[in-house]
Amino acid sequence: MDKIVTAVIKKYGGDETRLMDILIDIQDELGCLSHETTAHIAKALGIPQVDVEQTISFYHFFAREPRGKFTVYLNDSVVAEFCGRAAVQAAFEAAAGCQFGAVSRDGVIGLFHTACIGMSDQEPAALINGQVFTKLTPARAQELVAGMRAGQTLEELKGKKYGDGENANPRVRALVENHIRRRGVMVFDAYQPGAALRKVVTMSSGEIIAMVKAASVRGRGGAGFPTGMKWEFARKAPGDVKYIFCNADEGEPGTFKDRVILTEHPQLVFEGMAIAGYAVGARHGILYVRNEYRYLRAYLEHVLAEMREKTLLGAIIAGKAGFHFDIKLQFGAGAYVCGEESALIESAEGKRGEPRDRPPFPVEKGYLQKPTVVNNVETLCSVVKVLLHGAEWYNRLGTEESKGTKVLSVSGDCERPGIYEVAWGFSVNDILKMAGAHATQAVQVGGPSGSCIGPAEFGRVLAYEDLATGGSLIIIGQQRDLLKDVVLNFTKFFRDESCGSCVPCRALTGMAQIVVERIIAGHGSAQDVANLQAWAAIRKRNRCGLGQTALNPIVTTIRNFRPLYDARLYKGDERFEPGFDLAAAVKDYEAAVASA
Amino acid sequence: MASFVKFTINGKTCLAEEGAQLVEAAKENGIYIPTLCNYPGIPPKGSCRICTVLVNGIGQTACTTKVVEGMTVQTSTPELEEFRKSVIEILFAEGNHLCPSCEKSGSCELQALAYRYRVTVPHFPYLFPKRDVEAWHPKLVKDHNRCIQCKRCIRGIRNGKGQALFAFGKRGDKVVINIDPETSRDISDALAQEAMDMCPVGAILRKEKGFDVPIGKRKFDRQPIGSDIQA
Repeated sequence: MDKIVTAVIKKYGGDETRLMDILIDIQDELGCLSHETTAHIAKALGIPQVDVEQTISFYHFFAREPRGKFTVYLNDSVVAEFCGRAAVQAAFEAAAGCQFGAVSRDGVIGLFHTACIGMSDQEPAALINGQVFTKLTPARAQELVAGMRAGQTLEELKGKKYGDGENANPRVRALVENHIRRRGVMVFDAYQPGAALRKVVTMSSGEIIAMVKAASVRGRGGAGFPTGMKWEFARKAPGDVKYIFCNADEGEPGTFKDRVILTEHPQLVFEGMAIAGYAVGARHGILYVRNEYRYLRAYLEHVLAEMREKTLLGAIIAGKAGFHFDIKLQFGAGAYVCGEESALIESAEGKRGEPRDRPPFPVEKGYLQKPTVVNNVETLCSVVKVLLHGAEWYNRLGTEESKGTKVLSVSGDCERPGIYEVAWGFSVNDILKMAGAHATQAVQVGGPSGSCIGPAEFGRVLAYEDLATGGSLIIIGQQRDLLKDVVLNFTKFFRDESCGSCVPCRALTGMAQIVVERIIAGHGSAQDVANLQAWAAIRKRNRCGLGQTALNPIVTTIRNFRPLYDARLYKGDERFEPGFDLAAAVKDYEAAVASA
Repeated sequence: MASFVKFTINGKTCLAEEGAQLVEAAKENGIYIPTLCNYPGIPPKGSCRICTVLVNGIGQTACTTKVVEGMTVQTSTPELEEFRKSVIEILFAEGNHLCPSCEKSGSCELQALAYRYRVTVPHFPYLFPKRDVEAWHPKLVKDHNRCIQCKRCIRGIRNGKGQALFAFGKRGDKVVINIDPETSRDISDALAQEAMDMCPVGAILRKEKGFDVPIGKRKFDRQPIGSDIQA
């Protein structure tokens, strides 16, 4: 153990800001980060052991104890449940001989739950030792466990039925399918790597920013901040060292567009980062990728190497003296909140992913306190096309306030889940029709942090000025129990994923869960529903988007599906609204009295 | 010489050094903004959210806000006061707070704020978490039942080498404050006392020491919290 720890820390120059990389690499070697290993890491880095532990224990995929020779992380998202995850879980447990949250007695199989792994179009899905296994069935689960016990390798377990496109690339070899159902011009049409960069080097940074501004490119992560303005702030911020981050930590359940973009067009993303670097005056780019997509690592590293060979990255890019820009990959370790830009920066610095207070904004003081731009994967793709085709071309697509296209991740109860790149301004009905959705009860727009809407609103359009969305649409059929199957699942998700810093987020989400469970069990009162609505005012005072939106699944369903709540409220004595089932609570007493 | 800026709080014209923390600037101008995770002299965190005020109409934590020329601050709208009361209630319902048996009763800021905000019965469901009392440390007791995760100890307490003694563990509603066995090994009585005093509640206590001042005669028993600044 000592040798491995020492070697890994040496590889990262003993730099404590590289703690995430250090921990990921050491866990790869040792299987877990035990107390002894942690102590050794702390000593070698010269920092307190509790500081190493606070990072480790923040992230879902860091293990303190061995999690089995094969570690199964079965997704427990809403869509996975729709697709039959419960039966797959039961099959895994029966075959492995242990419950979820534990390792089988022989140490071969560890079974664990995990939040959405970005495979909502091919659920139920699991990560097994970092590789994705999709469309699982009870029979397949049984087969996998048997294979593990029989000593098969991960590759043998996978088989050779790789997915389409670059999923079958020898450096990927993933069972994942792209399911690109509709190609748009911004992200998924034909593209010549380097063309935009060669054009960019003939322009000044001011001209580039002016062009991005003229095109009104807005951030695609959901908040819609004007990209040109962000770049300008960073360019004007004092300092020689600046950073460009690409946020590929898509953790919003039901979202998987970045996975497909990074599989099919990583060059486009990297080129967008280099353009951002040129415009801002940054030499360093960091692609922060969620741990769930680590199966793309070798492939992405290879693409970066190829781009360096073609001088599209590195020194003197596209023949332009003084234009240096390179990109490294930074992986997360399982924390939804790291998708928030300041939490992402904290994480990249080797710390807990706790969002920062603003001001200062990342464009002033970001990564390592230097001016930093954080852009969404799709935003950077759009920028490349703007540079190639011009602002006017870009402005022809979309609506008044939302220009360009949006890549949608569509999943749930429909015939054709997958990726749809559409111009802004398509209605929810349009998408439902394309996806082959029938008898739709509700659509979750923008993931759990967005809103849950009913048929009365299906005519609304996807645009910043109407239904703003980071790009996920989960279609919920009429057969689903909206409160139990959706609202409760999302609320638990937010409870698990809170960083724990702000009081209203840390505690109130769990309290809301208790009340929702009470309502589902038939013991809720009208006052409970009123309280849940009132709590919305409290949560908006949280620091970050996670905290502010954590009760959205509850609040938006009370607003749009009130009868579903009312139908479950306690209907006994109208003057009395119990918080629990009185008859059940005194059952033993009643039985004792009756038998006496 | 430091430059002074003019701004208003609740319509009153105030003067303070440019860049001063809003909580302190308000205090100097006779206006009390309740705080809990904030502690003078250590980096602010803005995590309890109690000091949320409206700066030019937008909600911001006063502990992380610096005063600038011309800013308009409102510290006491009905919505803000209701919010503060809610946060206090949530903290009581989140942990296990049994004031009558707590060494910090009377000098506990959470308790004092509850009195100031006239908290009676929390309107939030009690979570009754199962938490430990940690007593392995030679000089400190950590009662996790009372911890409100304000991070004062994490941010403010350092040993002679400048190393942290405390850190967060886990996340979400499972967060816990951990004590480092190495960096806290040889701490002085004075540092142990400082850690206890810095803790706003009774979560960090000194071992073999207590009840020096009888309950009833402690800081907030005599004078409600914030009343030295504003009644």
